[in-house]
Amino acid sequence: MNKSTMNNESVNIERRSFVGKSATAAAALTIAPGVFLNQVHAKPAGEAVTDAKRWGMLIDTAKCASGCTSCVTACHEENGIESHNRPLTDQQWIRKIKIKDKLTDHVVSLPMMCQHCEKPPCVDVCPTGASFKRVDGIVLVDRHICIGCRYCMMACPYKARSFAHEAVDNKVDYQPRGKGTVESCTMCVHRVDEGGTPACVEACSEAEHGAMIFGDLKDPSSEISKQLVEHGGQQIRADLGLNTGVRYRGI
Amino acid sequence: MKKLHLQAIDGNSTGYIGLLALLGAFVLAALGSMYYMEHNGHWVTGMDNQVVWGMPHVFAVFLIVAASGALNVASISSVFNKKIYKPLAPLSTLVALALLLGGLMILVLDLGRPDRLIVAMTYYNFKSIFAWNMILYNGFFVIVGIYAWFMLDRTMKQYSRYAGIAAFVWRLALTTGTGSIFGFLVARTAYDMAMMAPMFIIMSFSFGLAFFILVLLAAYKGTGRPLGDVIVNRLRSLLGIFAIAVLYFVFVYHISNLYATEHHGFEAFMLLGENGGSTYSNIFWFGQILVGSLIPIAMIYGPGVANCRKTLAAACVLIIFGGMAQLYTIIIGGQAYPLDIFPGYDILESSFNDGLVSQYSASAAEIMLGLGGVAMSIIVIALGIKVLGFLPASLADSEADPHHKA
Repeated sequence: MNKSTMNNESVNIERRSFVGKSATAAAALTIAPGVFLNQVHAKPAGEAVTDAKRWGMLIDTAKCASGCTSCVTACHEENGIESHNRPLTDQQWIRKIKIKDKLTDHVVSLPMMCQHCEKPPCVDVCPTGASFKRVDGIVLVDRHICIGCRYCMMACPYKARSFAHEAVDNKVDYQPRGKGTVESCTMCVHRVDEGGTPACVEACSEAEHGAMIFGDLKDPSSEISKQLVEHGGQQIRADLGLNTGVRYRGI
Repeated sequence: MKKLHLQAIDGNSTGYIGLLALLGAFVLAALGSMYYMEHNGHWVTGMDNQVVWGMPHVFAVFLIVAASGALNVASISSVFNKKIYKPLAPLSTLVALALLLGGLMILVLDLGRPDRLIVAMTYYNFKSIFAWNMILYNGFFVIVGIYAWFMLDRTMKQYSRYAGIAAFVWRLALTTGTGSIFGFLVARTAYDMAMMAPMFIIMSFSFGLAFFILVLLAAYKGTGRPLGDVIVNRLRSLLGIFAIAVLYFVFVYHISNLYATEHHGFEAFMLLGENGGSTYSNIFWFGQILVGSLIPIAMIYGPGVANCRKTLAAACVLIIFGGMAQLYTIIIGGQAYPLDIFPGYDILESSFNDGLVSQYSASAAEIMLGLGGVAMSIIVIALGIKVLGFLPASLADSEADPHHKA
């Protein structure tokens, strides 16, 4: 091998390395901001949740593809939710809705789930305290003390809760569920507590839509906070004053 | 007025035993229905994720509302010191307790997890109106029970007026709590109105008194004891006033909604049957307003019916029917009308029926559970007047009317 060949080889290696790193960086910036956000917030098991964080989501309806149900499929697979082909009584933790502005005819597609309100009506009305809000903003149902009265379903302005109308066959360890109790989106709390991202957000990124961002609303350096500062985000039924943890752009 | 003489019924007749057997069959059918619903899960009922409270709740809320209304007769006697009602006060407490028991039986048996009732009795979220109601319901049993005891125990009689006042205040609180279950629901167009609480109170006056009059007429006819026109006609005109008052509250409820543009959709749905609301508007106009209010009011105040017991009984039945219709339109109609999650938008697609009116239809199991609760209430009343001396031996005008002149 002569000197000039060696130089060419060395240049090619450097060029390949540069192109590879650039592609990785570009991919990171474009398709998976949410994934990167979550490398820093793992909570040691046994440590209490604090109010230093408030978990939230930002959904960009302009990026949410009409007809795509990746988030729904991922959520239901993750949490063991099975359909009995009875949509009115099946559990639906997350659903896709297409809406049209009555005046402008502008059509928007978006995922709808528990909005993880700061002042959740479901928690207010629950007689036993089974509906509760963690100090980090995640609203949950303790299905060990839920008596199945469904008052929370009456109170929720988002139709975000489902009643287990039938026996639950497909149980996953981290998600205790059972017939006769009420369920809703947990913001994949089992993942979040281990430093992960909700399954719906991950699926949206994998489907290359990147319409959903998950993160800490109290951390000004988080992607979700930066996006909200720069572009804003609406609450659904903001008039109710619930200060939702899930925000939308484009409606 | 002569000295009050309360006397337990014999309760040995074929009719009485047959009545208990029939009612017992209804209670058994209700337990069977409950088992069927709990074993299979609630998907076998007409209820779903939109109409989460169905026919059992219509029956249960009716009985709970009527329970506090049935206490009226006792309250008028003790709190407002109207002597003519005094002989009926113990029966009034019995009917009140029995109706509440029947209503709660339905509510509990419809829970997704009725086996966890102990949880509801031991964990309280004091911001929940349901939690308040559990205290109010349990307290009602205690306070009304003490009130009945004081009235019947000669040594405690001097305190019965105070117990009566406490029971009166408690029953107002109880119905306020029941109405507020709906009144405090901000999310739903049909509810979210503070006047739900007073409206439920006036509904309780009417439905509870109608039920009480039916019990009174049946008990006196069944036992052959004398029942004079004076007391019956007093109750008749009181019922008429209450039925008119309910209509007034219904009018104010709808006129308030009609003034607010955001509620026009719901009013068109409920009053005109638009947007898939024809079932509910029919139940409203024909069941609640015509058959359940206007016709019985005419039967109470109409000419030539002044002393007719059959007309009064029929009017009571219609008022109860109208009350059920009213609670059906409030509870089922209010949920069937879709949540306005996106004001200003039409919903084009949703897997969860967003934006669509729910087509609820009650299953046989739900209806049987509800009827079982009613049967349980009547069993308690029938047993109560046999075991305890709640029924005056005579309510002939010469006995009951303090102004009677022989």
